[in-house]
Amino acid sequence: MAITIASLKKGQRGIIKEFSVDVVPLKLLEMGCLPGNEVALVQLAPFNDPLYLNINGSHLAIRRETACMIEIELI
Amino acid sequence: MAKHINVALIGNPNTGKTSVFNRLTGLNQKVGNYPGITVEKKQGTCKFGRACKVHILDLPGTYSLNASSLDENVVIELLLNKNDKDFPDVAVVVADVENLKRNLLLFTQIKDLGIPAILAINMSDRMKRKAISLDIPLLEEKLQTKIALISSRKNLGFDNLKELIENYNQLSTKPCMNASSISPEYFDRLRKAFPNQDLYKLWLVITQDVNFGKLDRNELKGVASFKTESVSNLKRLQQKETITRYQFINETLKQTLHIDTENAKDLRSRLDRVLTHKVWGYVIFFGILLLIFQAIFDWSAYPMDFIDSTFASLSEWTKNTMPVGDFTNLIAEGIIPGLGGIVIFIPQIAFLFLFISILEETGYMSRVVFLMDRVMRRFGLSGKSVVPLVAGTACAIPAIMATRNIENWKERLITILVTPFTTCSARLPVYLIIIALVIPDTRVLGIFSLQGLTLMFMYVLGFGAAIISAYLLDKVLKIRSKSFFVVEMPNYKLPLPKNVIITVIEKTKAFVFGAGKIILAISIILWVLASYGPGNFNNAEEIIQAQYASQNLSEEEIEMHIDSYKLEHSYIGHIGHAIEPAVRPLGYDWKIGIALVSSFAAREVFVGTLATIYSVGSDDEQTIKNRMAAEVNPVLGGPLFNFASGVSLLLFYAFAMQCMSTLAIVKRETNSWKWPMWQLFVMTAIAYVVALAAYQFLK
Repeated sequence: MAITIASLKKGQRGIIKEFSVDVVPLKLLEMGCLPGNEVALVQLAPFNDPLYLNINGSHLAIRRETACMIEIELI
Repeated sequence: MAKHINVALIGNPNTGKTSVFNRLTGLNQKVGNYPGITVEKKQGTCKFGRACKVHILDLPGTYSLNASSLDENVVIELLLNKNDKDFPDVAVVVADVENLKRNLLLFTQIKDLGIPAILAINMSDRMKRKAISLDIPLLEEKLQTKIALISSRKNLGFDNLKELIENYNQLSTKPCMNASSISPEYFDRLRKAFPNQDLYKLWLVITQDVNFGKLDRNELKGVASFKTESVSNLKRLQQKETITRYQFINETLKQTLHIDTENAKDLRSRLDRVLTHKVWGYVIFFGILLLIFQAIFDWSAYPMDFIDSTFASLSEWTKNTMPVGDFTNLIAEGIIPGLGGIVIFIPQIAFLFLFISILEETGYMSRVVFLMDRVMRRFGLSGKSVVPLVAGTACAIPAIMATRNIENWKERLITILVTPFTTCSARLPVYLIIIALVIPDTRVLGIFSLQGLTLMFMYVLGFGAAIISAYLLDKVLKIRSKSFFVVEMPNYKLPLPKNVIITVIEKTKAFVFGAGKIILAISIILWVLASYGPGNFNNAEEIIQAQYASQNLSEEEIEMHIDSYKLEHSYIGHIGHAIEPAVRPLGYDWKIGIALVSSFAAREVFVGTLATIYSVGSDDEQTIKNRMAAEVNPVLGGPLFNFASGVSLLLFYAFAMQCMSTLAIVKRETNSWKWPMWQLFVMTAIAYVVALAAYQFLK
């Protein structure tokens, strides 16, 4: 199984890999969620969803189902 | 000759754009709507010296020029339309120094449009604490612009910004990067098809059609149909554009921005650890909710009592000082109580917006969205539905407008449909008077007042109805919309008092002049309908005199009989009798029937209507209450307002859709009559059935 943002544990970091453009909405890219950027999991909401991320200094929250679509490489 | 400059303030959400606007314009601002849509249009003026007048337009916050909502679309419509009277001579792009990378994306797009643009880097007072340093001259060169380092909090750098605005014609209009490199071949074709047009403008018009829908007002006719590429190819190109822009921004910032992470102090993570904690996060949120309700229902009682008594004595005074006649009656019994019915809501609305704007200014609201999203999703809602549902306790109208930032259409629609169930402030006076009449004034366990508990139960009932119907709608509605949710988690900030105060004033004004107009109009119409009538109405005095001639009544008693005879034979009396069969099974008489019908314009007229109908001159609740308590059920005997009919009325008001303004807003926001009609009929049907069941069971 591929490693995605959804598999990050709190405090863990990863680098966003190329993703299939049809699944990731443009808005997410605009907010800084781009291939090559570093992503860290800051906090999980209750029931582990949504995820509070720090992507290269941009702080945003996305749902688990979206996080599952973004593959990363752990660092 | 005075110089006139049109300035547009543009920027991402959470960059302090509105504080910059407030700093520049002071209270010299005007809030309206863009024609035909319910997007707020904020504009203001300020003077630079004697010779230069500046008109400033505060555009809705947006992350890019690729719009996905009505608010964002406004920005693009304006920037693409040179003929618009608000078309900016210069754009001031507001950015947050801590989020410069993301904020610059929008800036590069605006530069590509060839509009002179100033970059205003806000919150510069935080640079030292966050150990951020910027090479301004180099950044200005790379971005082909002028930069103003400002701080709206500390009021720094505004003279520099004003100077830059005044000399806007010295700014470069060259783009700072080359967007057409994402597909040279496609852009070549575009250039050949429209040789005289700006390429990036063409590209925006085409992609906007893919993103959001056709642009209404632009001079580039026929461009949108120039789709030599498939939709998914165009989307791919847009993504490529975004990535290319970020590459340029990263390159630029690498040379100009330096953050010493070692020295950066981080308040955010420490606060987040508590405020988004799995347990403490909820405890704090509910604590804040309690505080808000306490303020709305307890603290605001004092100013409300004052307003109530002031209007009652004003009405009394008018009656005593002005010459006797129809005109005096219209003012004393129609207009003054009507105005009082509007003004009385101001304390509650002001308190609610005070809290909401503080929560938004501090950045806490995003944490609430984050905490509540999973829970709300079980019911087909989104974490972002929390704001409308809380705001709904003041008024459903701003609450429904606050649903705009919910990306998923199905979640947004459900939020719009269920928000009117929450107990808005207009229901409050109805609840208060009925509870006072039918619920005994005793204490439970020695401390809790039973009447207070009943009121709280009505609020819980409203939320419950909203949540349960959301759950059912989620199961019933067959709308497939791609689920997608993203929320920015801004830095924590101390709220700026000026921003908070301006928001509170604005929202209260919107209520007074929006809803107020309807309430006042209804009060006047009701007064007219109750004061005139056909046929026997005009002979009331002779008829009553003749009828009671043998009984030797005092003048006062005769007067009372005349009044009630008149009311029964007035226009409103005829209407009331016509609808009585429909409301009789719920335990109401024709007078309550009229109050119900007039409530469909706006619920808050209920008490006023009863006041008018029971011919009580003032809106003073005690007197109305006494009259209501004395009313006798014409069929069964006994008091008309007993426990059964009281509960039935409470339930009817809890569920029924009785607000024309809400229906109008829902029509605008959903762009169809289908949903407001659905609300009107389904909610009212639920109300009727529940009230019927309650009365028949309890009587």
